[in-house]
Parts: sequence; structure tokens; C-alpha cells
Amino acid sequence: MNKPLRHVWLVVSVLFVLLFTSTTYFQVVAQGRLNAHGQNLRTTYNEYGRHRGPIVVDGEAIATSQASGDTYGYLRSYDPGAMYAPITGYYSVVYGFSGIERALNDTLSGEADALFYHRISDILSGKQGRGASVELTVDSEAQQAAWDALDGRRGSVVALDPETGAVLAMVSAPSYDPNRLASHDTTAVQESWSELNDDPERPLTNRAIGGDLYPPGSAFKLVVASAALESGDYTTDSVIPGPGTFQLPNSSSVMNNFSAGRTDPCGPDDESTLAEALRQSCNTSFAKLGISVGEDQLASTAGEFGFGQRLEIPLSVTPSTLGTDLDDAQLATTSIGQYETRVTPLQMAMVAGAFANDGVVMEPQLVEAVRTGDLSTVAELTPKELGQPLSASNAAQMRQMMVGAVEDGTGTAAAIDGVEVGGKTGTAEWGEDRAPHSWYVGYGQMDEKKIAVAVVVEEGGYGSRTAAPIAQDVMEAVIKP
Amino acid sequence: MATIVSYTARPRRLTQALLLAFAVVTGVGAYALVGLGRSDELPSGLMTYGIGAAVLALALQVVVMWRTPYADPVILPLVVLLNLLGIAMIESVHAANENYGLRTSAGADRQMLWAIVGVLLCIGVLLFLRDHRRLRRYTWISAVTGAVLLLLPLVPGIGSSRNGSQIWISIAGNSFQPAELAKIAFAIFFAGYLVSRRDTLALAGPKVLGIHLPRWSDFGPILVAWGFAMAVLVFQTDLGTSLMFFGLFVVMLYVATDRLSWLVIGAIMFLPPAVFAATQMGHVRTRITCWLDPLSSANYSSCEQINQGLFGLANGGITGAGLGEGRPDVVPHAESDFIFASFAEELGMVGAFALLLLYLLLVQRAIRAAVGISDGFGTLLAGGLGFVIALQVFVVVGGVTRVIPLTGLTLPFLAAGGSSLVCNWIIAGILVRLSDAARRPAARQVAGLGAPTAARPAPEVMA
Repeated sequence: MNKPLRHVWLVVSVLFVLLFTSTTYFQVVAQGRLNAHGQNLRTTYNEYGRHRGPIVVDGEAIATSQASGDTYGYLRSYDPGAMYAPITGYYSVVYGFSGIERALNDTLSGEADALFYHRISDILSGKQGRGASVELTVDSEAQQAAWDALDGRRGSVVALDPETGAVLAMVSAPSYDPNRLASHDTTAVQESWSELNDDPERPLTNRAIGGDLYPPGSAFKLVVASAALESGDYTTDSVIPGPGTFQLPNSSSVMNNFSAGRTDPCGPDDESTLAEALRQSCNTSFAKLGISVGEDQLASTAGEFGFGQRLEIPLSVTPSTLGTDLDDAQLATTSIGQYETRVTPLQMAMVAGAFANDGVVMEPQLVEAVRTGDLSTVAELTPKELGQPLSASNAAQMRQMMVGAVEDGTGTAAAIDGVEVGGKTGTAEWGEDRAPHSWYVGYGQMDEKKIAVAVVVEEGGYGSRTAAPIAQDVMEAVIKP
Repeated sequence: MATIVSYTARPRRLTQALLLAFAVVTGVGAYALVGLGRSDELPSGLMTYGIGAAVLALALQVVVMWRTPYADPVILPLVVLLNLLGIAMIESVHAANENYGLRTSAGADRQMLWAIVGVLLCIGVLLFLRDHRRLRRYTWISAVTGAVLLLLPLVPGIGSSRNGSQIWISIAGNSFQPAELAKIAFAIFFAGYLVSRRDTLALAGPKVLGIHLPRWSDFGPILVAWGFAMAVLVFQTDLGTSLMFFGLFVVMLYVATDRLSWLVIGAIMFLPPAVFAATQMGHVRTRITCWLDPLSSANYSSCEQINQGLFGLANGGITGAGLGEGRPDVVPHAESDFIFASFAEELGMVGAFALLLLYLLLVQRAIRAAVGISDGFGTLLAGGLGFVIALQVFVVVGGVTRVIPLTGLTLPFLAAGGSSLVCNWIIAGILVRLSDAARRPAARQVAGLGAPTAARPAPEVMA
């Protein structure tokens, strides 16, 4: 009976070869296709089943993962939610993730290359892998002050440390509660999702760095003034024309010197110094100044401030823009922050920061440090120069003019006793029969403490009344005179 | 038939002891890793579990040294390792269910208890079955027992249906798969019956297409076996069980008679009922669909189990997610019918191959014993038991990996389930006894040595 037994063994071998083949096929050959299959929840489970690192502000975790005891393993929760939502983003099992949760997903989940050795040691010690914690540069008091001051009005506040580029506050309102999207109740998440997306006030948009951007209005005069100083042809004391009205070149339009149809000139004999024009925020002065400085100088100075640059802070920032190929009439309106000029509040905070940092723009950054579970530091903030739109002496002249505007001009509501505060308000027209957007862009410094702030309140009316007090609150929270 | 085997009579008991120690360390280590993977800590009962496993292994070693000193040293370590790995994976699935709450499954405790029962029965077999040839006396009793067991799930009141197959009985809340026990009974019956009828069944009949067919008058037994398999198929609606029994019979018939024609006839006879089942029986038809095209959106929901199993395989990749770190809980029945997918997910292709090789080695040891045994009954029994393990592994793993349609069998020694585990331990005991008979110096028929046979019962005369 040995021959048939050998045959049986042969048959068994063939059967097992089939099993080896099929196993190899599904585990190796078809692996990618199966993992990518739409119904394969394991990919999701692998993603969401990790113990994700927290997001930390001033030592307090604002986003944490807790074991959830359900099929996803961990639940992400945010506290406080809405105030930080534009920064943290959401972490949804249905709709993926956004904000820091997305930009630093590899770090938070522990999959980043920089965490390789940490991961290996986790494996060797048999510990369950855990993501790294991300510490933000945000100053919780500044953030809270900005959030409270904005008080739910549509708009945004950005505060920077001019010397390092660290983002001290980034508020966008209205915001949303990211816990509603991070929930594991998928039906509730879907309802929240469509509700948030259908909301005309677009709470999911981070207005500080994206969305439709804003016309900067008069706040843009800071950029025009910088370009004028940099051209070498002007100083703060240069006398420039500033008539009550300005018939735009090759156009039927007439520009009034002030909003609401006021046509008083900027000074006697229809002229004033540059400093005086900025203090009063004379439209015709800056329209004419823009034309004489020229598009090239304006564009190059704006470019040094960061216009047109795609930044990752690590959130993606929509580049701010000027129009191109402008004729004189367009250049005139561009110079008072209208026409095709579109900016993010972050960009305007960078502009203000340059004046407080001797003309150097630092690259804005949101991440202070990345640390592993055992608190060893993987990465830390290193300040980087982004550009130098103006010289240190010109920056000093700009500060002088901006202080003038706060002490005795449009920005008085931002003044803080004992602190050098310089700034510029803006009231940006953006649509027929709509209230203008209200701007304040400026800096504050006392001793070694510096802060640059940009505030925009949508349809807030005069920047001097609406935006400037908000900036004051935020600066006070950081500088504490 | 009985061949002179080139064994020198080495008991290799030390080898077995070392292999058993290796199996226990590996198996208990796997259990510990599951705990670390799932909850970052060692399982609370690890010490007790390890000691328990070591004690059982020691008991096996002692009994083997005492009762079957020449037994194959590899069989028991293989079985112990498979059993312990199964317990580790059952615990992994259970802990995953506890963690994620997708479904529920019993903990490994039950399986541990059944393992103790299984080992005790195995020891019982070694102690009380002093010579495998005594089993031949029970040829016809085995036939009746097997038939009754197999048909038991059809009895109203105690039979219960799972996944469309009526192959379970349930008494006072305890469910039992009698086909597992019937498997042993039928292997004994086939071996006893065929060894006495082999000469007749081997007689040549008419020649068709170059193959010598048996005589028409000898078709009786295979027709009975076929009828029985059909009854299982039709009334219990389980293609797997039906295939297993018919396959076992045909292969043992082939081994007994060395007539290839029986294999061909068997294959041809099984084809019509398979086609019938595939086209006429709802749940078999679903399984065929899920075999051919489970991932398309039209079939996805009805093929949920096999798809989740495949996703598990893919998630495992080459090296696996790690013990206690996969998500086998997503797969329905991940601790029993789909335990192979759970292993493939957590241990990867490497681990899946290792498991298949363990089974292949076990089958190989059984067939090796079959070759070594000097009596026809023993040869048939060892060959049959070895083949039935191989067939069962093929049907289950092939079902999970889409080589064949899914059926209701479970992986021997691995899958959660008391009846399967206990019965397979009995098979392990019989195989150890058979391998001892194969390797015992007395079995050697070397001219001039005149092996002492007086102490052993005289071999029964073959019919």
C-alpha cells in the first residue's frame, strides 16, 4: 500500500501548494487593491485606532485622544473646541481631518519619519505605539482675549511675535465645535457636517489664512508708505499732494479724500507730509503716491512682505495678492487697498510685524515643539527670515508714523498706556450697499515684549471704532503693561 | 504491503521533550504577546496558564515514555503548538471584541478547559489502547456509531442550524459538532472494512478508456458511502462535511486497492451532487457567488464574512500586524471558522505559511506512520486520519482564501470549539499509538534478528 500512500502524499502536497499560492496572492499581490477597497474599514481603523498625541497650548492639551471602547479604539476630543477649531481642525472618522490634525497627521499619529527610532523603541519595549504631542506657539491669553473681543462677529484676529514669527493668536469667527465632527456617531456627524457646510456664514473656513480673503482698505497704505520710503525718494516729512478729490487718470471716476463722501483736503494747499497723510488716512495722497512710486516698487515691497507666497505654517495659507498690469487708475485704487488687492489677516499681521522687527518679516509658524510621550523633544521652533521689505531705518520711520496714527489719528482706540502702540485702521469697501469691513493692523511693544496684530471684522464699519479696540485687548493680554 | 523500514529503533524521547518544551514556550509566549498587544500588559493568568500548559506537556511526555516509547517525537509537539497558538488567537479575538465592542466572542478560558479534556482523552487513548489492532474489532460498531452521530443533527429538538448548515446538535445549552466524532468512527470503520475487502475490490472488471473498472458487483460499498454523503449534503446542507466523508472513503479505498479507477469514479460520482448543491441550494449558491466574485458591490453585503477575511489577509501583508494588534474582530467568527484569516492578519504571510507547514508536517508524520506499520488496518487508519486532517485544512483555508467555496468545517486544533478540539486530540492519540507501532523494533522484519514478538498479541489474520 505504499505506492498509493505516496500518491496521497502527492495530492496533499498539491493541495497545500494551492493554499500557499492563494495566501500569497491575497497577502502580497492583491494587498494594495484590497487595502484600498472602498468597503475596507480596516484602513480607517488602522488610522483611527492609534493613540494619537495631544495638541497642546501653554501646557494644556486642547485636543486629546481617549480610549473609546468602541470599534474605532480612540475618540478625539477638543476642549475648548470652537475657539481653537480653526487651528486644530477636526478629526472625523467620516470626513477625514483638517487643520493641524491634517498638516501634522504623521507626527500626531506617530508615523512620521522623525519618530522612527522612537517607534522602534516602542516596539522593542512592547509598548503600544503612541503619537507625539504637538505644542502650539499660541498664547492662550491672547487667543482668549481675541476670541472674547471678536465676540462671535464674523471676522478674524491674528497676532504674531514679530521677532520669531510665532503665531500668538489665530481666531476665526464664527467657528464650530470640532467635537461634533470627531464623534463616532456617524449619523450625527453627517448631520453636523451638512449643517456646517450649508451655513452661509461658513464656520468651517479659517478666515485668518484662507477663504475668500479680504480687501485691506486703508490698512494697505502701510505697504504703500513702505514702498515709498524704500524707493529712496520719500521720508516721513516729504510733502505730498492730497487734494479733496482726485479725478482718476483716464477714467470718469472721482476718488474722495475720505469715506462717506467727505472731500476736505489732507492739508492746507492740498498737500501734507507723508506722516500726516497716514495719520489722517488721506485717500488721494496715497492714490497719487502709489502712482508715482509705481507698480514695480509696490509689487516688490509687497512681495518681500510675503504677498504672493504660499506658506505652510504648517497650515496652508492662501497667498495674498495685488492685481497685475495695473494702469494708473487701477494703481490709485490698489494703493488704498481696493481694486484687486486681497489679503489674509495673517499677511497683514506680518506687515505690522516687519515694522516692529527692524524691517524683517519672519516666517509665521504655529508649532512651538514636537515631543514624544516620554517628553523628549523631536523638533522645536526655529525662527526663519522670510524677507526684508524695508531697511531698519525706514522701519523706524514707519513706526513713528504709525504711533502718530494711534496717538492722534484713526487708531486711538488701540492705545495702551505705557506701551508703544503703532497701527493703522482700514475701512474696506467690498460690495454695493454692504457695510465695509473693519480693519486694524498694528504692533505694540514695551521693553522686550513685542506683538503684531491684524484684526478684521466683516461689515464692521469704521476700523477705528470696531477693529482697533479688539487689537487693544489682544495686545494687552500679551504685553500686560 | 508491510515494508521493511529502515528505522533504527531510536525512541527519540529526548527530542520529543525538547520539541514539547519549545512548543509550550512558543505557545505561551504568543499568549503573552496577545496581552501586551491588546492592553499593554501581560495577561493576568499568564503564570497559571504557562504552568498548566507545561504540566500537560509533561504528562504527555511521561505517558508517551511509558506507553509508546517508540512513538514519533514530532506529532505531539506539533499538536500542542497548534492548540496553544489557537488559544492565543482566540484570546486575541476576544480581547479585540472587548476593546472595540463590534461583536462578542467567548474568551480563551473555555478553549483551555477543552484542551485539558482533550489532552486527558489523548492520554486515555495511549493508556487504554495498547494495540491499535484492537480497534478493528469495532469495525461495525464504528459504522453504526458514525452513522448515528452524523445523522444526529437531523433529530428534531437537538439539531441546530448555523450559517445554513444543520451540522450541530445542542443539548442543554452545550452545542456539539458530532461530525467530528463521526470522522474517527468512520476512519476506523473504513480501515476495518476495506482491509478485509481489499482483494475483492481490487479485482479488475471491464476496461473503459484504458482504465480497469472494478467489477459491477463491487460497486455496493462506494454506492452506500455516496448515498450517505448525499444524505448529509441534502439534509444537513453542508458541502464541506459531505466532501470530507466521501473524500475520506474514496482515498482509503484507493490506498487499500491501489486502483486509480476508484479515485476517478469517486470524483465523477461527487460531481453531480456538487453541481446540484451549487445550483439548487440557496446558501450553497451564495457561497459559490462569494467564491467567484465577493468584492463587487452587488455581492459585497452577502459576502461580508469572506470579504472581511480577505481585508484581514491584506492588512497582515507579509509580516503581519503583530499578535494582539490586528483587527480580527471585524470578521464574523474570527475565532472559529475564520481563525486562519485572524492568524494571517496578525502574523502575516510568514505566520500563515508557518501554520500551513505545521499541518503539512503533521500529515506527513501520519503518512510516514502509515508506511511504517506492518498491518493493513494500521496503514489504512493512519493514512486515512492523516488525509482527513489535510483535507479539512484544505477545505477551511481554501474556503477562506477563495480556492474553493466556503464550507462549515473548522481548522483542527486551532479553531474555537470543544467538540472539534477534543476529537482531534483523540486522533492525535491514535496517531501516536500508530506511529509507535510503526517504529517499534518488533515491527522490523530484518532477516536474522528474530524480533521478539512473544510479549505482543499475535497479529490478527487478515481476511
